[in-house]
Amino acid sequence: MNLTLLTSEITVVTLALLLIVLDLLMPKEETRRSLGYVAVLGIIGLLGYTFTLPAATDTVYQGLFIVDRFSIFFKQLFLIATLFTFLFSFDYVDRLPGYRGEFYALLLLAVSGMMIMASANDLLTIFVGTELMTITFYILVAFQFESIKSSEAGIKYMILGSASSAVLLYGMSWVYGYTGSLVLVDIAQQAHTNPAMLVGMGLIITGLFFKLAIIPFHMWAPDIYEGAPTPITAMLSMGSKAAGFAVLIRILFVAFEDLQAHWLLIISIVAAITIVGGTIIAIWQTNIKRMMAYSSITQAGYMLSGLMAADATGVKSILFYAMLYVFANVGAFAVIVAVRQHHGSNEIKDFSGLAQKSPLLAVVMMIALLSMAGIPPMAGFAGKLYIFTAVIEKGYMWLALLGFVMSMVSVYYYLMVAKEMYMNEPQDQQEFVISGQLRLVAVISLLGTLWIGIYPGPLAALASAAANSLSIL
Amino acid sequence: MEHFPLLTAILLTLILGILLIACLPREATQTIKIIAALIMTVALSFTSYAYYAYDFTIGGMQFTENIPWVQDLGVSYAVGVDGISLPMLLLNMLIGFSAIFASWNIDRRAKEFFILLLILLTGVAGTFVTRDLFIFLLFYEMVVIPIYLMVIIWGSTKRVSKEYSGMKLTIYLLIGSAFMLVGIIALYLNAYPAGMRTFSMEALAQAHQLGNLSEEFQIFAFLLLLIGFGSLLSMWPFHSWSPDGYAGAPTAVSMIHAGVLKKIGGYGLIRLGLLILPLGTKFWAPVIAVLAVANVLYAAFIALAQKDLKYVIGYSSVSHMGYVLIGFASLNVIGINGAVANMFAHGILSALLFAMIGYVYEKTHTRYIPDLGGLAHQMPRVATGFMLAGMASLGLPGLIGFIPEFTVFVGAFKEYPVYAVLAIAGIIFTALYILRVLANVLFGPRRAEFDECADVQGAQLVPLIVLGSVLVMFGLFPQVLMGIVNSGVEPLIPLLAQLHAAPVLLGGILQ
Repeated sequence: MNLTLLTSEITVVTLALLLIVLDLLMPKEETRRSLGYVAVLGIIGLLGYTFTLPAATDTVYQGLFIVDRFSIFFKQLFLIATLFTFLFSFDYVDRLPGYRGEFYALLLLAVSGMMIMASANDLLTIFVGTELMTITFYILVAFQFESIKSSEAGIKYMILGSASSAVLLYGMSWVYGYTGSLVLVDIAQQAHTNPAMLVGMGLIITGLFFKLAIIPFHMWAPDIYEGAPTPITAMLSMGSKAAGFAVLIRILFVAFEDLQAHWLLIISIVAAITIVGGTIIAIWQTNIKRMMAYSSITQAGYMLSGLMAADATGVKSILFYAMLYVFANVGAFAVIVAVRQHHGSNEIKDFSGLAQKSPLLAVVMMIALLSMAGIPPMAGFAGKLYIFTAVIEKGYMWLALLGFVMSMVSVYYYLMVAKEMYMNEPQDQQEFVISGQLRLVAVISLLGTLWIGIYPGPLAALASAAANSLSIL
Repeated sequence: MEHFPLLTAILLTLILGILLIACLPREATQTIKIIAALIMTVALSFTSYAYYAYDFTIGGMQFTENIPWVQDLGVSYAVGVDGISLPMLLLNMLIGFSAIFASWNIDRRAKEFFILLLILLTGVAGTFVTRDLFIFLLFYEMVVIPIYLMVIIWGSTKRVSKEYSGMKLTIYLLIGSAFMLVGIIALYLNAYPAGMRTFSMEALAQAHQLGNLSEEFQIFAFLLLLIGFGSLLSMWPFHSWSPDGYAGAPTAVSMIHAGVLKKIGGYGLIRLGLLILPLGTKFWAPVIAVLAVANVLYAAFIALAQKDLKYVIGYSSVSHMGYVLIGFASLNVIGINGAVANMFAHGILSALLFAMIGYVYEKTHTRYIPDLGGLAHQMPRVATGFMLAGMASLGLPGLIGFIPEFTVFVGAFKEYPVYAVLAIAGIIFTALYILRVLANVLFGPRRAEFDECADVQGAQLVPLIVLGSVLVMFGLFPQVLMGIVNSGVEPLIPLLAQLHAAPVLLGGILQ
C-alpha cells in the first residue's frame, strides 16, 4: 500500500490542524492574518507538488482511493480556488466577529473533503468525502454569527443538505443491494438495465444534482449564497460544484457506463432546464450574490451539457470549463468582497460608479462576468466552444443552439452590473481602499481569464490528459 | 519589406495604443487624444502602405503569416488580406482615424473613451485580416461590449434612452451571433473528420470541393450564418436595432458602427457564406434578394417620415445595405464587385454624415429637423460635408457612391430583373429624403439662434477633410477601388460558374 498517494490529503489536513494549534497559541485579540499566510504558503507548496506527480494511475486501500490525472486535475483546481479565496478574504476575515483562525482551518478541511471526493473510487468514500465537505460548509455558511441571514442560511443548508445526503445514501443502498458492491468498477460489471438499478441510479443522480444546485433542485442555492460569508459563497460555487462534478463524472462513466441511454435522457432535459431557468431568473435579481447564485446554476447547466457528449472530449470540455470558471469566479468575488467592505451591502446598485473609483476592479468584474457569459476573447468562450463542439458532434444541435442563445441572453444581466459600474456616478466620494492581496487576485483573475481565452492550448492539454485517464472512456 | 509582418504590426500598434493610454493618468486628456491620434496615424499609414503595395496582378491573399495556435482545435494565427478584405481594412482605419478627431471635444472620462474606441478598432481590424475562423470569432465579438459601454456612458437620450438603445443593439447582435456560432461549429465538425479538423478558412473552403459538405447541410448552416451576419448587416427584418442604436450612440460609435462594423456582416457572407457554403448560398440567394428589396424600399420609406437627423441616416444605412445584399445575391462577379465596393462607399459616406450630424448636435443641441435650418449660413464647412456625403449617398456620378451602385444594379439586373428595378426605384426615395433633409437643415433663411454656433475647425475638421477627399478621389478615380476589389472577386469566377451550372433550387419559386 503506497500511502504517499495520500500526500495531498494528509498535507491539507495537517495544515488545518496546524492552524488550529497556532490559533490557540496566539493572543485572542490579535489579527489572524499570519495564519492566512501560513495556509497560503502551504497551499502554494502543495500545488507545486501536485504538478510533479507521475502520470500513471495508482490506487490505495484496495482500490477505494484512486489517484489519476483526473483526480489530480481536480485537486489542482481546488487548491487554486482555495489559494485565491484565501488571498482575497484576509480583510474579510479580519472583520469577522470571532473564531477567525478557525475560519481558515475549516476551509482547509472542506478542501480535504473535496479532494477525497475527486479521488473516491467507491460509493462509501464518495459519501464520506461529500459529508466532510458539506458538514464543514454548514458551519462556514453560518460563520457570521451576528447576522440573521447567515445563520438562516446555515440552518437551511444543513436541513436541505442532510435531506440530499439521505437521498444519495438511499440511492447507494439500492445500488449496493442489487450489485453487492460499493466499488465503482465492480458495480459497472453488474449494472444492467433493471428497475432496482435505475431507482438507485436515479436517487444518486438526484442527490448529486442537489449538491450541484441543478434546477429543479436549486431552491437552496440563492438563499445560501446570499447569506454565507462572501469567500464561502465563492468556494461553494467553485470548489463544491467542481467536486460534485468530479463525483458525478466518475460515477456516471465508471459505474453506470452501461446505463448511458437512461442517464443521457435525464441529463439532456435537466441541463436544458437549468440553462434556461438559471438565465431567466437571474435577470430579476437585485442582489449581486443572488445573481451570482443563479449565474452559477447556469454555469453548472453548461457543464452538465458537456456530459451529453459521453466521451473523453465531453469530459475534457467540462474540466476545462470548471477551471476557467474558477478564474472568472475569483475575480468576480474578489470585487464583490471589496465593494462589500466599502458599502456594507451586496446590492447591485452598490456597484455604481465603480469604474471611476477603482477602474481596475471594474475591469476585473467586467471581464469575469463576460467570461461567464462566454463572450470572446474571454476564457468562457473557449470553454463553451469546447463543450458545444463535443455536444454538436453527438448530434444535440438543439442543446448547443439553446446554450448559445441563453448565454447571449445572460449578457443582459451581466451588463446590468456593467451599467451600474460604468454609467452611473459614484454614490460617495470616499477613497476606495483595497488590500494588496485582493488586488493581486484581481489581476491574476483578469490575466488568467484573458490568457485561457486567447491561448487555450495548455489548459486544454491538461484537461485532455485528465479526461483520458478515466480508463473506461 | 518582404518578411515584415505588416498585418500583425497593424494589430500590435493598436494594442500598444490601448496599453499606452491605460498607463496614462486620467486627467491627461490632451495627451491621451494625441496618443490615440498618433497610433491611428501609424495604423493608417501601415494600412495605406499595404493598399499601395498589394499586387493586383497576382491577387489572392498577400502579407500572409501563419503561426499554429491551438493544436487540439486546429486553430492557427493566420492573417492575410485580399482584394475583399483590404478595402475593408482601409475603411476601418480611415474611419477610425476620423473618429478620433471627431471625438476631440470629449473631455468627460476621455481615458476610458479612447481605450474603448481603440479596442473597437482593433476588433474590427482583426476580423478583416484573419484567415482563421476561431480568431475571427475572437475579434468579432470583442467589439460588442466596448460599443455597449460607449453608448451608455457617452450616448445621448432623445427618442429612446441611451440604456435602451445600447442594450437593444448589444442583445440583437449577440443573439444573432449565437446562431452564427452554432453554424460555424457545425461547419467545423462536418467539414473534416476528427483529427483533421481545422478552423482555417481556406481549408474549410476546400471541404466543399472535396464533397465533404452535403447540400442539405450547407443549406442549413448558411441559414444560421445568414441570421448572424444578416442581423449585423441590418438585413430586414433584423434591422430594428440599427436606427435606435445609432441614435443613442456617440458620434464616433455611430461612425464606426455604420461605417465599418456593419460591413463585417457583408464580408462574412462572402468570406464564409459564399466561399465555404456555396450551395447554401445558391439556395438562399433568391430569399436574400427579396429581403434586400424590402431593405431598400421599406427603410427608405421610413427614412422619409423621420424627424430626427440620426434616424434618417440610420434608416438610410439600412436601406443602403439592401444594395449590398442584392449585389451579393446576384452571385455573379459584377454583383459581388458592386456589393464590396458599395460597402466601402457607404462606409465612407455614412461616417462623414454621422460626423457632421455629431458636430451639428454638439453645437445646436438638437437633431430635430424642424428645429434646424439655414445652417449653411453659419457653418459653410459643415454644409460642404453634408452635401458631399448626401450627394454620394444618392449616387451622384463623380462621387464615391455612383460606380458601386451602378455596378450592383448591372450585376443584379442579370439575375433578378424585377427586384433590380424595384431596388433602383429606391434611389428615387433616397434622393427624396436626402435632399429634403439637406434642404431643411442647411438651406433656407438664416436663423438667428444659431449665430453663436461656430463652424467646424481645428481637429474636428479632420474627418471632413479625410473622408471628404476620399469621397471625391475614389469617385473620380473609381479604378483605385474597383481594381483591388475586382482582384479579390475574380478568383471566385470558377466557383460562381460552377454554381451557375448547378440546378436552380429555391430560386425556382421566387424568380
